[in-house]
Amino acid sequence: MSWLKSILREIFGLFVDDGSFAIAILVWLVLFWLLLPHLPIAPSWQGAILFAGLVVILVESALRRARQR
Amino acid sequence: MMLVNWTHVGPTVVAAFLASLVEFVEALTVVLAVGVVRGWRGALMGSGAATLVLLAIIAILGPALTRIPLGTVQLVVGVLLLLFGLRWLRKAILRAAGVIALHDEAAIYDKQAQALRRQGASGGWDKIAFATAFKITMLEGIEVVFIVIALGAGGIGLLLPASFGALAALAVVVALGIVVHRPLSRIPENTLKFVVGVLLSAFGTFWVGEGLGLTWPGQDWSILGLIAGYLVVASIVVPMCRGRATAATSTP
Repeated sequence: MSWLKSILREIFGLFVDDGSFAIAILVWLVLFWLLLPHLPIAPSWQGAILFAGLVVILVESALRRARQR
Repeated sequence: MMLVNWTHVGPTVVAAFLASLVEFVEALTVVLAVGVVRGWRGALMGSGAATLVLLAIIAILGPALTRIPLGTVQLVVGVLLLLFGLRWLRKAILRAAGVIALHDEAAIYDKQAQALRRQGASGGWDKIAFATAFKITMLEGIEVVFIVIALGAGGIGLLLPASFGALAALAVVVALGIVVHRPLSRIPENTLKFVVGVLLSAFGTFWVGEGLGLTWPGQDWSILGLIAGYLVVASIVVPMCRGRATAATSTP
């Protein structure tokens, strides 16, 4: 059954590599979903804000990893 | 009548093709090592058995997904695609910046071949050859299945183009494998991974937005804007990461 375990571990690894990176993405998505109805912004800007948040998480995580080299 | 959104079809086929190409190249390296070192019978039977399991997964999951409301599928698939795509893009940025090692198929082939030789010869049915080929085909194949389903489930009529992209990649890799008969180390895998990371992140962002009921400016054309956005950001971050890594190593 070790091969099954390693396949399941591999599947989990598809989505989660750096734990804090994955958690930050999920937290941002939940925050965005909760705050979306209350944000005083035009609907056409909502997508841009979603994208911007994800970009900030990506950049911060990549730079943090680069510093740890 | 099924309405196919053509602004999604092109990027879907390209994303499925490139992502699957990378996965199939990785699987081919190990299957080649198994075939050369331990014999082709076990290698091909292991890969074949895994392919049958994967086809069964697609046959079960594909129709099941069509019974779930599209908004829910878009949100769930979008979140998974974001985790998957951004993780891939982050790794590609770090590889391009020299922070982590580049993927080297020739080195992986040598390492795998050495490990298989150390296992010793087996008389008759070669369990090691079968298990190794089965496992790698399952692992890489599951990624392809996820990519196809994730890209295909987000919109009406996209499962077929996504499957077409993956099958085209399989055909290319199998054909090259038969002709070249060694790891496809000349394929610019690291560049492909960078591009695929951008595409999957863009699709994931779009599907999450759709699932949450966002109004995208330019509607479906936003996918192209997201692709451009992630590409620009990733290209800017690579030299920044390189600079940080250099500063970190030079600091006592």
